[in-house]
Amino acid sequence: MAVAHGMGHAVKRKEDARFIRGKGTYIDDIKLPGMLYLDIVRSPYAHAKIKAIHPEKALAIPGVLAVITGKDLDKYGLAWMPTLMSDKQMVLPIDTVLYQAQEVAAVLATERYVAADGVAVVEVDYEPLPVVVDPKKALEPGAPILRQDREQKTNHIWHWEVGDRAATDKAFREAEVTVKQDMYIPRIHVCSIETCGCVAKWDPVEGKLTLWMTTQAPHAIRTVVALVAGHLGLAEHKIRVISPDIGGGFGGKVPVYPGYVVAVAASVLTGAPVKWIEDRMENIQADSFARDYHITAELAAKKDGTLTALRAKTIADHGAFDAAANPSKFPAGLFSICTGSYDFKNAFAEVDGVYTNKPPGGIAYRCSFRVTEASYMIERIADIVAHQLGMDPADFRMKNFIKPEAFPYKSALGWTYDSGNYQGALKKAMDKIGYAALRKEQAEKRKRGELMGIGISSFTEIVGAGPSHTFDILGLKMFDSAEIRIHPTGKVVARFGTKSQGQGHETTYAQIIAHELGIPEDDIAVEEGDTDTAPYGLGTYASRSTPVAGAAGAMAARKIRDKAKKIAAHLLEAREDDLEWERGKFFVKGSPDKAKTIQEIAFASYTNYPQGLEPGLEAVSYYDPPNLTFPFGSYICVVDIDKGTGEVKIRRFVAVDDCGNIINPMIVEGQIHGGLTMGLAPALYEEINYDEDGNIQGGSFTDYLLPTAVETPRWETDKTTTPSPHHPLGAKAVGESATVGAPAAIANAVVDALWHLGVRHIDIPITPWKVWKALREKGITE
Amino acid sequence: MAQRISVTVNGTTHEAEVEPRLLFVHFIREVLGLTGTHIGCDTTNCGACTVLLDGRPVKSCTIFAVQADGRAVMTVEGLARDGALHPVQEGFHEKHGLQCGFCTPGMMMTAYALLQRNANPTEEEIRWGISGNLCRCTGYVNIVEAVKYAAEKVRSQPAAAGGRS
Amino acid sequence: MIPDRFEYFVPKTVPEAVGLLQRYGPEAKLLAGGHSLIPLMKLRLAAPRYLVDLNRIPRLAYIEEDGAALRIGALTRHGDLEASDLVRARYPLLADAARVIADPLVRNMGTIGGSLAHADPAGDWGAVMLAARAEIVATGPRGARTIPIDGFFVDTFTSALEPDEILTEIRVPKPQRGGGGAYLKLERKVGDFAIAAVGVSLGLDGRGTCGEVGIGLCNVGPTSLRAKRAEGALQGQKPDDAAIARAAEAAATESDPVGDLRGPAEFKRDMVRVLTARALRLAVQRAKGGA
Repeated sequence: MAVAHGMGHAVKRKEDARFIRGKGTYIDDIKLPGMLYLDIVRSPYAHAKIKAIHPEKALAIPGVLAVITGKDLDKYGLAWMPTLMSDKQMVLPIDTVLYQAQEVAAVLATERYVAADGVAVVEVDYEPLPVVVDPKKALEPGAPILRQDREQKTNHIWHWEVGDRAATDKAFREAEVTVKQDMYIPRIHVCSIETCGCVAKWDPVEGKLTLWMTTQAPHAIRTVVALVAGHLGLAEHKIRVISPDIGGGFGGKVPVYPGYVVAVAASVLTGAPVKWIEDRMENIQADSFARDYHITAELAAKKDGTLTALRAKTIADHGAFDAAANPSKFPAGLFSICTGSYDFKNAFAEVDGVYTNKPPGGIAYRCSFRVTEASYMIERIADIVAHQLGMDPADFRMKNFIKPEAFPYKSALGWTYDSGNYQGALKKAMDKIGYAALRKEQAEKRKRGELMGIGISSFTEIVGAGPSHTFDILGLKMFDSAEIRIHPTGKVVARFGTKSQGQGHETTYAQIIAHELGIPEDDIAVEEGDTDTAPYGLGTYASRSTPVAGAAGAMAARKIRDKAKKIAAHLLEAREDDLEWERGKFFVKGSPDKAKTIQEIAFASYTNYPQGLEPGLEAVSYYDPPNLTFPFGSYICVVDIDKGTGEVKIRRFVAVDDCGNIINPMIVEGQIHGGLTMGLAPALYEEINYDEDGNIQGGSFTDYLLPTAVETPRWETDKTTTPSPHHPLGAKAVGESATVGAPAAIANAVVDALWHLGVRHIDIPITPWKVWKALREKGITE
Repeated sequence: MAQRISVTVNGTTHEAEVEPRLLFVHFIREVLGLTGTHIGCDTTNCGACTVLLDGRPVKSCTIFAVQADGRAVMTVEGLARDGALHPVQEGFHEKHGLQCGFCTPGMMMTAYALLQRNANPTEEEIRWGISGNLCRCTGYVNIVEAVKYAAEKVRSQPAAAGGRS
Repeated sequence: MIPDRFEYFVPKTVPEAVGLLQRYGPEAKLLAGGHSLIPLMKLRLAAPRYLVDLNRIPRLAYIEEDGAALRIGALTRHGDLEASDLVRARYPLLADAARVIADPLVRNMGTIGGSLAHADPAGDWGAVMLAARAEIVATGPRGARTIPIDGFFVDTFTSALEPDEILTEIRVPKPQRGGGGAYLKLERKVGDFAIAAVGVSLGLDGRGTCGEVGIGLCNVGPTSLRAKRAEGALQGQKPDDAAIARAAEAAATESDPVGDLRGPAEFKRDMVRVLTARALRLAVQRAKGGA
């Protein structure tokens, strides 16, 4: 018999059934009658004028129907589109390209292979223009101005700052110890194994657009399409966005890419369905990147190791358009969490966004809106201060952690952390890894010239965007929603405004409802992703699903329970006050056998309900969270460094995470494993650079190095539980914690291994040759 | 110039006329309509397209369909037998070895072939064995557990070991 | 990722394949494992008009020892060499290399003959065969001929094969008594080409002195390289730490790496030194009966 498990249970996933049979429906699996294929011609140049586009050879190929250019789209006002940061971005250029691999033209054909043949023979005459790929050079006078379309002719996009500059500067002037460190976090790309794509189907009879799309936020897309293409006759009630199975998102499937827009336009113009799906190289080279932050971090402290102030200045390389998908008031995302887990009286952070001849983006890699950058910065520089003062890095952190009694804690940069117990997490991690014994081992090895390092990262995450007073995306507030309906036979359909790309919502949301209503998970069908049926939501990214939509699910279920109580009272001929709830049923206080199950109540809601009460048993909740949530953790990494080759071998990695009350520990652990691997990747392997001409270095999987099962250590995980005081379930979210916390743990471990040689910082990715270089400079060799 | 090929897929023989340049993965997905095999890259790295060709796991994106003429292929759709899941599929479910599911078919085909050759692989052997298959979601820990689970199941129930190939 | 069109042939014999090469000349390419060629075709960096598939020609894949040599058929897959008990037991240099070529899935298709004929300086077998003093057997319109490995790698992606010749067999000298070998590859991650890799083959006589020494270098020059001066530094010597260090230094100077995303040239050169020393130590250990 089916059982209601509820919170805290490792319920096996309901969505597995189709995936393990190869029966998932991903975008490229969709095949419609008469479907056409779109493929894209891309610029080899990082900055160039387009003198002419010659489509003749392509159009001569049987099956090629059209070559669409920016000039074509311009006739419909679609050559440019707004970005989520109130900038605008080219869909297809009219006369200038601004980054290598930028979309230049699109070939529409009857077959996938024919479209590719068409792309190969479209000829474009370019006149190369001077390239700028260094954001610092882009700010210098005389640098080529990339955005001639903007009123202000500058490559400087915006300046953003937070905190008290004067008080912080004063604290630095008066400090006993100050430490400064430049850190560059290179561009990386999230590379979900499924690339981006869509199938656009315009029905000319109904005047309706159906858009299957790799999107993490289907409703936002629907509204954006209605606003951007409204003048073409696309009205929001006649747009249906369907996000089917998504092969990984991680933020890379939030932005609107030109391919989507051209596919929609092509479908509207031809009346046929149009599929666009990109290759991996297109995905890496043109789709939203992450990081590319040039940070100068400073800490002020007392000689005894007490931190007194933080100051950070960042140049943010945004590429050619500001298309980062941040909440609108936060051009640098939630970077102001950079005070981290420490109690700073004074802090100041400023970020300047800059245009360069590179693709646009900035936050698509599981980063919680720049929290990866912030966390890496503070944990790296905190470690430098600790080492400089000769303090054990764990002791240093314990000394400076926000105390448990200080919560809710108002940080110097304006956030109110809901709850935390940083000491508990760090202690647990230290015990689990055997910290004291490792330090002893390290000392002994050091005497023998062996290089071993221990790195700690004690991060505070900030997720669950977010309260309407602070958060919106293009004006849309960042609430989320749940709609729960119980059928006469007690089975449930529940729809949410988020969209899982592997996080297991079909199971975890069912567990929330099971927890609140006592209905077995097997009896609950969870649906997401179809804007025709799902209530409006802002989607799944930045770890917001559990904090916001999960809360909506709990609130909707509680509304149902309130109504169910009325029906139970009616059925039991008792007063509501005389009833008690035990998960799954109402019973009369003192007479437990006088009870009605939720299933009996459901049936009654259609057949035998009290006079004056509306029939049915359903509820909707739109949840506007009162605050963000603040998951946290402590990670400890042990590395051994090969003196001959510079290779960094991770011997052990212990991750203690605190995400508040847990819905499904199996899924939480899986999220952490995956997140740790996406923290390992940029720490040791992944980077995207550009040469001076704007040519990408590392634009395919041959050189963009995703870790395999051999590079990835056997992650060890554990937890502490510090519930969120404001979340209905006390839950906090966990999806990005490990990506946020891991890189600093690894980087700190490497520097810890080499500190005694005089090495204080190595920029990630810490590749063998970087370590080799540091060692040789210190005279260490094999 | 189209070529006539005959390929046995999951026990069923299919005849088709194909262009020589048609990639085997496209043949499987688009001609045969078996969309469980996925495409994740364009430089023969990711392994999402892994199928068994005459029992060997290979990257179907780097083979032409014409090369499979007269040969036997097994895809993820062929793992279950008469609706009963193969231990590899069970293992991935029991041990949470998948999240988004996109790399999963390729990963399972590699695991299946690994267990055919090595009934009791160590953790290291499993990790080396799947080093041609990339996953972005799971961090591999639970994939290794899934394969260990499947190995034990296959060892204890040899009759469950074979899918259709 | 869609290749250009081509015509496809499936010869049944080697002479038939040779005939197709003669007929279509430079517009024809041979298809063995296809895992070097097809990736290039998918990027349209190669667009042969004619593809000659060797995979249906019988008796081109085998691993056999005869009186003088280990004979490997050109169409033998890397994975079969990796799995071969014979290779593992008696040819550790080859066994080490077989397991680090690309990844396990690629090894199920890629062939040793295709790899050697491709003459990619990043191909692992090149350095291995140079160290092993192998011979290449090529079959053309005038029959078969033997090409010593030393003259086989002419330039980057250019071997000594004539345009109408097919590499059909590789012959590796049988191990000497007191022989040992090793292949060490430093790569950024599994599946990558080498940052640098070194293959070593040597024999110790009764007194523990090195006889013949073969040292091959991978991906640190325009072709696979033989480190002759390094070999000379060790020949006739006892392979103690000092001798090994001298040989390793020499090998580094004989390499000619180019800086790229895998690292600067000076780093790669030092990796040749480090890996040569390690490979020599391992080979010596195996020659003495250990490891």
